[in-house]
Amino acid sequence: MNPQLLQLICFYAFGFVTVAAALSVITLKNTVHAVLALVLTFFSAACLWLLLEAEFLALALIVVYVGAVMVLFLFVVMMLDIDQEKMREGFVKFLPVGLIVAVVMLVEMLGLIGVRAMHAQVMGANPAIAAGMSNNIEWLGHALYTKFLLPFEIAALILTVGIVAAVALTLRERADARHESASQQVKVNPRDRVRIVKMAAVRPDEPTVPQESQP
Amino acid sequence: MISLAHYIVLGAVLFCIAVAGLFINRKNVIVLLMSIELMLLAVNMNFVAFSRFLGDVSGQVFVFFILTVAAAEAAIGLAILVLLFRTRSTINIADIDSMKG
Amino acid sequence: MGLSTSILLTIALAPLVGCVLAGFLGKFLGRAGSHTVTILGVAVSCVLSFLVLYQLTMGGAVEYNQNIYTWFHIGHFNASVGFMVDRLTAMMLVVVSFVSLLVHVYTIGYMRDDPGYTRFFSYISLFTFSMFMLVMSNNFMQLFFGWEAVGLVSYLLIGFWYKRPTAIFANLKAFLVNRVGDFGFLLGIAAVLYFLGTLDYATAFGSAPSLIGKTLQITAHTQWDAATVICICLFIGAMGKSAQVPLHVWLPDSMEGPTPISALIHAATMVTAGIFMVARMSPLFELSSTALSFVLVIGATTALFTGLIGIVQNDIKRVIAYSTLSQLGYMTVALGVSMYSGAVFHLMTHAFFKALLFLGAGSVIIAMHHEQDMRYMGGLRKYMPITWITMWIGSLALVAIPFTSGFYSKDAIIEAVGLSHRWGAHYAYFCVMAGALVTGLYTFRQMYLTFHGKERFTVVEHHGHGHDDHDDHDDHDDHGHHEPGVLAHAPKESPWVVTLPLVLLAIPSLLVGFFTVRPVLFGNWFGSAIHVEEANNVLAELGQEFHGAAAMAMHGFTQLPFLLVVAAFVICTYVYLFNPALAGRIKSALKPLWTVLDRKYWVDDVYFALFARGGVLLGRGFWKVGERGVIDGAMVNGSVGVVHRIAASMRRLQSGYLYHYAFAMILGLILLLGGYWFIGTGLAGQ
Repeated sequence: MNPQLLQLICFYAFGFVTVAAALSVITLKNTVHAVLALVLTFFSAACLWLLLEAEFLALALIVVYVGAVMVLFLFVVMMLDIDQEKMREGFVKFLPVGLIVAVVMLVEMLGLIGVRAMHAQVMGANPAIAAGMSNNIEWLGHALYTKFLLPFEIAALILTVGIVAAVALTLRERADARHESASQQVKVNPRDRVRIVKMAAVRPDEPTVPQESQP
Repeated sequence: MISLAHYIVLGAVLFCIAVAGLFINRKNVIVLLMSIELMLLAVNMNFVAFSRFLGDVSGQVFVFFILTVAAAEAAIGLAILVLLFRTRSTINIADIDSMKG
Repeated sequence: MGLSTSILLTIALAPLVGCVLAGFLGKFLGRAGSHTVTILGVAVSCVLSFLVLYQLTMGGAVEYNQNIYTWFHIGHFNASVGFMVDRLTAMMLVVVSFVSLLVHVYTIGYMRDDPGYTRFFSYISLFTFSMFMLVMSNNFMQLFFGWEAVGLVSYLLIGFWYKRPTAIFANLKAFLVNRVGDFGFLLGIAAVLYFLGTLDYATAFGSAPSLIGKTLQITAHTQWDAATVICICLFIGAMGKSAQVPLHVWLPDSMEGPTPISALIHAATMVTAGIFMVARMSPLFELSSTALSFVLVIGATTALFTGLIGIVQNDIKRVIAYSTLSQLGYMTVALGVSMYSGAVFHLMTHAFFKALLFLGAGSVIIAMHHEQDMRYMGGLRKYMPITWITMWIGSLALVAIPFTSGFYSKDAIIEAVGLSHRWGAHYAYFCVMAGALVTGLYTFRQMYLTFHGKERFTVVEHHGHGHDDHDDHDDHDDHGHHEPGVLAHAPKESPWVVTLPLVLLAIPSLLVGFFTVRPVLFGNWFGSAIHVEEANNVLAELGQEFHGAAAMAMHGFTQLPFLLVVAAFVICTYVYLFNPALAGRIKSALKPLWTVLDRKYWVDDVYFALFARGGVLLGRGFWKVGERGVIDGAMVNGSVGVVHRIAASMRRLQSGYLYHYAFAMILGLILLLGGYWFIGTGLAGQ
């Protein structure tokens, strides 16, 4: 079999799955199913990237998106008690509008791209090999750690900020939980605890116990 | 032969599906977020295709950064969503109009 | 042998030290301490001034001209503080410090009960310092500083009793009128800098001849002679400061201030600053006979017409104030005929006898418990003999009786005007000659009303008699005086601190002219300080007929001015001494003339209607149209209103629903893409 034909068949197969999954993401009634459809979309998109010999990004997409982000989505969807029916209202009403907008935009984009002219642009050989690298990962890594070092570090910082922000936003102290504050315990001052009151010694005017009652 | 046009058209289709998703799922914040993820995927598709076609590594590096930012965005977006649900007991966008002028 | 810089610095700074001490530490020093430090400061200056004069005159010291301190450089312009001390300066120093010292002493008596005692001493010391800076300056910049500083102190002192609305009005008026003059002065200084490139006296005067032939285009198609423009601008400054018509209106009102400063500032020194300045600028003024004619006409007009107003005044201080105006007019006339040394000579003699008259009037005012209206005086001669005698001496000097110092200066001026061929000299000659008669009239009238005739006041405790016609010039000091013409105690002679200055001023009023007329007027005493073109030198012409001071006086007895004075004396004696009722009849017979004089030719009214009212109207117009209409209405509220209206319609777009915003974004994207597509296909089609 002609490898190029095989590639083309693979592209159409994965492309079809991607589009179909994307359509199910926006149309499925159950949000959990929609998330799963999105996973499928990403997965097939990753396969398409493999066809482009962008192995690192394809795997990163699966690991980061499918493995982490989508699981996060699933958690949230399942954690929240969502009224599915209420969420769907207006779906039919806005379907035509959405379709029209999407189709118009698609036509415009295709017109701008110039599909026929673009069709002649055949993909060349693997640029990583052409650049003298052994594979895509080396090619990308070389760029990331030399030319793009500063943006790379900043990206790391952004991720850190993202973590901190997400934690800060969702963290809450439970009012009904019992706990002790060590810092307040350490800071305590004895004078706040015991108050010594000086009083003049008072002798009762009359003896409380009569003399004669003593044995 | 797989040409550049294949991937570009696929990206355009994905993007338009995402736009349609924004319209028809106008109440559900989670689906809206997922539509945005789809849009980012469409954009990434273009980047990767052009990077491969032009033999320029910058495109793939950019996709890498978009993935980074998208992950952070998803995390914060979902955190906000959780917070929203905790205070309002709803994620229905029709109920959220505090910014009305 | 030269003059010592430290001596000159001490002269200038000693009063400033006194001023600072009395002004800032007056509370600690107390009254006696304050007047002691200020009088000490001025006394030091006075002694050193005499020393400087002695060194310059007898000691053979050369003129001093040196920069002491550089204030700033801007490009080629160099502003410095420096002293130029020649005989002209030395004479001014002596006059200023001597009169100032006597006024300081006099103030002890005059302001005895005033709550602002230390403040007053601080001000007059500050004035003395400013005046020294003015006269000792060696450049226009410092001259302007002194000029403005004396103006400031004048403002402060006219409004010294700041609780009286009339005083506030008067000091505001003085300030504003002086601004007009100062504006001209500043323009003149700017023109000097523009044409001569320097503000230093020596350099500027040295290059002054280069002004000949230079012109300045102020209005279209007219070229103005540069020297004329400079001199007229400078002289406008002098008109403001020396109260020449038409900027004279502030001086009579300045009598709202305490009498000592009327004597010091508004008679003897500050108002003569303009005269001094023009004399100092003689190398410039000599270049333009047009400007000198202007000076001459202005001076002559002032000399005659302000004197006329003095005849109808009832306030004792106002009579002397108008007399001052008139005498300043004489000095200006002298300047106008290029007789600068005559002007300065008259300045000196006038300083003595006019300060004497003012201080004497102050003494009378003390005795009358701060009543200034002469209609409620009369017969004071027997209560206060020293004041009476000294004031007569001052009056005789003022009317220029031969042998008095006033005679030598004033008669020389009249003679010189007669000899001058300058344009306007005939008019000026008439004015100064008629002025002699007028001077006699108001002076003798004032003396008779004050010291002679019946007593028109009563010494009773508390029941007034109605003077219903008494409506104007009702100048109360802040002492307890309620009913005009009613005194709680009989008038008595003032204490020695008041009479001593009177006596000390009476001596030079009588004698200084006799001894100094020869060198100052005819002996080229000022040397290079005053420059007169040969063609203009009327004084030299006059000098040919000069055969000594005594001969001049004897000759004076036969001249027209003396005869006019005698005529005035006769008229006044008859009217005020023997037939007092006649004054009222003359007044009603000459009612229109009297009204004109009483209203002061309506100059004040015109100024008030034109400038004050006009200014108010202009301000109101700006307020209504500019402030409320444009700024408040259109700009502030208008912009707010526009923003408000736009925002009111824009806020409807802000639904708050996320999908509306998303829809707007997508719509925009579609339009953008469509636009690109349209342009792209359009370009492809070409």
